[in-house]
Amino acid sequence: MIEQFDVSMVNWARAQFAMTAMYHWIFVPLTLGLSFLVAFFETFYVKTGNEQWKRLTKFWMTLFGINFAIGMATGIILEFEFGTNWSNYSWMVGDIFGAPLAVEGIFAFFIEATFFAVMFFGWDRVSKKMHLFSTWMVAIGSNLSALWILVANGWMQYPVGMEFNPDTARFEMHNFWDILFSPVAIGKFTHATSSGFLLGSLFVVAVSSWFLLKGRHLEMAKKSILVASVFGILSSVFVGFTGDEAAYNVAQVQPMKLATFEGLYDGQRNAGLVAMGVMNNYKKPGDSFDPFLFKFEVPGLLSLLANRQSGSFVPGINDLLYGNEQENILGVDKKMERGKIAVEQLGLYKNAKKQGNDQLAKNALGKFNQHKEYLGYGHLKSVEEAAPPAPINFYSFHLMVVLGTLFPIIFLLFLFYTYKDTISEQKWLLNVGVVAVFLGWVAQECGWIVAEVGRQPWAIQGLLPVSVARSNLTPGTVQTTFFMFLILFTVLLIAEIRIMLTQIKIGPEEV
Amino acid sequence: MIGNLDTATLQQLWWILCSVVGSLFLFLTFVQGGQTLLFTTARNDEEKNLMVNSLGRKWELTFTTLVLFGGALFASFPLFYATSFGGAYWVWILILFTFIIQAVSYEYRRKPDNFLGQTTYDIFLLINGSVGILLIGAAVGTFFTGSNFTLNDYNQVMWQHPWRGLEAATSGFNLSLGLFLVFLARVLGAMYLTNNIDYPDLNRRLAKATLINFIIALPFLLYVLISLLVMDGFGVDPATGVVSMVKGKYLQNLLSSPLNPILLLAGLVAVIWGVVSNSFMGKRCGIWSAGMGTVLVGLAIFSLAAFNNTAFYPSVSDLQSSLTIYNASSSHFTLTAMTYVAIAIPFVLAYIFYFWWKMDAQNLTLADLSSADAKEIY
Ligand code: HDD
Ligand code: HEM
Ligand code: HEM
Repeated sequence: MIEQFDVSMVNWARAQFAMTAMYHWIFVPLTLGLSFLVAFFETFYVKTGNEQWKRLTKFWMTLFGINFAIGMATGIILEFEFGTNWSNYSWMVGDIFGAPLAVEGIFAFFIEATFFAVMFFGWDRVSKKMHLFSTWMVAIGSNLSALWILVANGWMQYPVGMEFNPDTARFEMHNFWDILFSPVAIGKFTHATSSGFLLGSLFVVAVSSWFLLKGRHLEMAKKSILVASVFGILSSVFVGFTGDEAAYNVAQVQPMKLATFEGLYDGQRNAGLVAMGVMNNYKKPGDSFDPFLFKFEVPGLLSLLANRQSGSFVPGINDLLYGNEQENILGVDKKMERGKIAVEQLGLYKNAKKQGNDQLAKNALGKFNQHKEYLGYGHLKSVEEAAPPAPINFYSFHLMVVLGTLFPIIFLLFLFYTYKDTISEQKWLLNVGVVAVFLGWVAQECGWIVAEVGRQPWAIQGLLPVSVARSNLTPGTVQTTFFMFLILFTVLLIAEIRIMLTQIKIGPEEV
Repeated sequence: MIGNLDTATLQQLWWILCSVVGSLFLFLTFVQGGQTLLFTTARNDEEKNLMVNSLGRKWELTFTTLVLFGGALFASFPLFYATSFGGAYWVWILILFTFIIQAVSYEYRRKPDNFLGQTTYDIFLLINGSVGILLIGAAVGTFFTGSNFTLNDYNQVMWQHPWRGLEAATSGFNLSLGLFLVFLARVLGAMYLTNNIDYPDLNRRLAKATLINFIIALPFLLYVLISLLVMDGFGVDPATGVVSMVKGKYLQNLLSSPLNPILLLAGLVAVIWGVVSNSFMGKRCGIWSAGMGTVLVGLAIFSLAAFNNTAFYPSVSDLQSSLTIYNASSSHFTLTAMTYVAIAIPFVLAYIFYFWWKMDAQNLTLADLSSADAKEIY
């Protein structure tokens, strides 16, 4: 299937996708969280009629709008990048993958687009209630758009509800609900949206802390902190809970990914959870080096978390690559052998069909069907290719989890001092609050690195490696567009940050 | 009921649905047209701001319609999506580029400390309205003039021209279609702004712009229409699926169903009526007639490209690689599932129109730009 295989094109395409997606993800979680916070503020305004809440609503809405615009700018390119850079992918899974994107357009993006205009320009054109409704619709619409794209992404991690059609050489959907309600999709949706709420809360806390440090807008800053820290605590709990669920899913359907999270090379019963550690950069699968230069481990916990059963076996990278008969794990080498047969028989089948040789075609199809489960492995060049890089996943994962434990503590402190009404005096905490939002963005990006790098080398887990998913472009072409987007997005990001900071300095209007 | 539709019916249905979205997009390009009018019709900053703020309430709808057009094509004709985007790489990348820069421009152009300065953002809007629409026109033109690609046994696309899609802009037909769309967008933009803004001096000039741009658009339109009627087209033998060049194919297609000429003529008349009523009769609601007309013409054009055994994304490098709605579509199951989803479309249209009507019940005036609630203006 792969005629001229060009590694560097694939790598540039991956780099481009990663770069554009990570830019998009700077703005998306803030949209997800801030949209709800704005809706809360406006609800208080409508309920109490207090002008201060209205000023607050408008202030946060302004910041929301600045972020939203660049979110849209960076989003449109992703939608079409599947076609431009991953065209074989788009053809092979378009039946399954295209549908959520289209549904997202119909259901979610139009809600956002329509109500955004009402929310910003409708203050004196629609009634108070209608305006509040619009603000809520923006929040709901944004989060609905998260649903469909995450269903699509969840399907890439755990392909369900489809079948391979040898005649067209592509995957075809046969159960829409399986795809929508796949546990991985649900896990992703709940984790990604709640982490967005968390970031939105951190953002409001950070800006308000800065006001308190500068001694400005005291009243409104405190009100904002109160709302944001309550929302932040609730979201943090949810993030932790859904994150645990996500990890459990990963352990069940992507054991290789889990092994790299933990830097686990040799599988164990009663495996321990590495709480902290430094990995050995020279460690390669199959060699005898210790994967860690130093680590601090909680005994037995990984088995418990991964399989919800203490003492259970957690496979390591080596078990998954080279097989482990005792634990009944088929190695990648074996899977590659079978996959190569599947690829070969598929070719024979297509040829025989073309020549009208039904008997030959039937034979080939029979053999293909026996091995088709491993079709994707037939495209791998080496066993080691099947393992994603462990250190990047290990550090990203651990950083995310550590931060995930830190944030609720920060919110609790803010809530505590707000309750005691001494928050303005806690300079140290206010400084922490300002910094915390940046850590929030770090955790966000770490999350996607974990999810996506952990999936390598697969575009669709186990079925379609990225090297087959690509378009037929020269590395130079993709390199050019990579830099075009890098420069453009960086310029726009600088503009966004400056505009945002200036609007923050201007602050909410005082009543 | 939907569950019982056969594949061919679903494929035709989805071509029609995609055509509706595409045609609505063409109507909504009044936003892009309006963006270019900022440079030719506005006399001062005040007028410019009025125009930007009027367009600024609609730009996301146009943008989102384009996104939906892409998504709908991806879901229903994935082989087209893969072939065209993965093949004609540069046209699409450049089109997207012009939409990326559009998306930030409204929000950022007049915000203090915006790094690039208002002029740059306004130029972004101009580029989107001109280059963006021109290239979209050229890309749509390849439905009739063909592209340079081949597909292998696994339907992977190989592009045969080093310009990767930009060569589309070298054909007279494609260019004319692109330029027609650019000026049509300006005509629609002028009409929309007249309808939406209350500022007599500007309105008078917009009425003039409507007429002038329409006159400029006409020769391109005539060239496109006449070419369509005389050019050879990419016919498909329904029995064997073999693609071949057929003399006067698009004329045949036009006449193959009475609906086509009716759509086309009704559409053209509606556009002309809109222009005449705005330019000569002092009316301000021409946009509705011209907008409807644009949608009808769009539907006719999309129908000529694909129905009556025609390849809608033809390849001139290898005729047999050409795509039809039958060989490029997704599976029966996906089309069926998507058709259930499409039942929501009328509801979506309904709330869009409701809120559009609500928001535009009063015209935009200078007072709006300075009212107490005007902090959010662009
Ligand atoms: C969890 C949420 C989420 C994720 C994973 C993604 N997006 Fe996104 N996207 C949004 C959540 C979102 C949003 C919150 O709805 C945005 C961000 C800011 C905004 O304006 O809307 C948006 C905007 C946005 C737009 C502009 C929408 C419009 O026209 O209104 C497009 C086309 C995409 N995205 C496409 C994508 C694609 C193809 C993605 C996958 C690679 C992707 N997004 C990942
Ligand atoms: C917006 C949040 C996202 C971020 C930050 C993100 C991050 C990344 C990263 C870092 C990579 C590169 C991995 C590597 O090559 O090592 C990647 C690749 C990719 N991601 Fe995502 N991703 C996001 C969302 C999605 C979604 C929602 C989908 C699908 C619906 C998706 C599909 C892909 C595809 C197709 C690739 C390219 C093939 C590959 O390299 O695996 N991504 N993404
Ligand atoms: C409390 C501890 C946390 C745990 C146990 C956890 C666990 C996980 C796991 C296992 C994944 C990978 C899912 C996959 O590959 O399919 C993931 C992804 C992700 N995490 Fe976390 N996480 C935690 C905290 C956080 C925090 C604090 C944030 C951001 C504020 C965050 C943001 C993300 C994002 C954006 C993704 C990618 C989307 C996804 O795959 O769902 N996580 N998390």
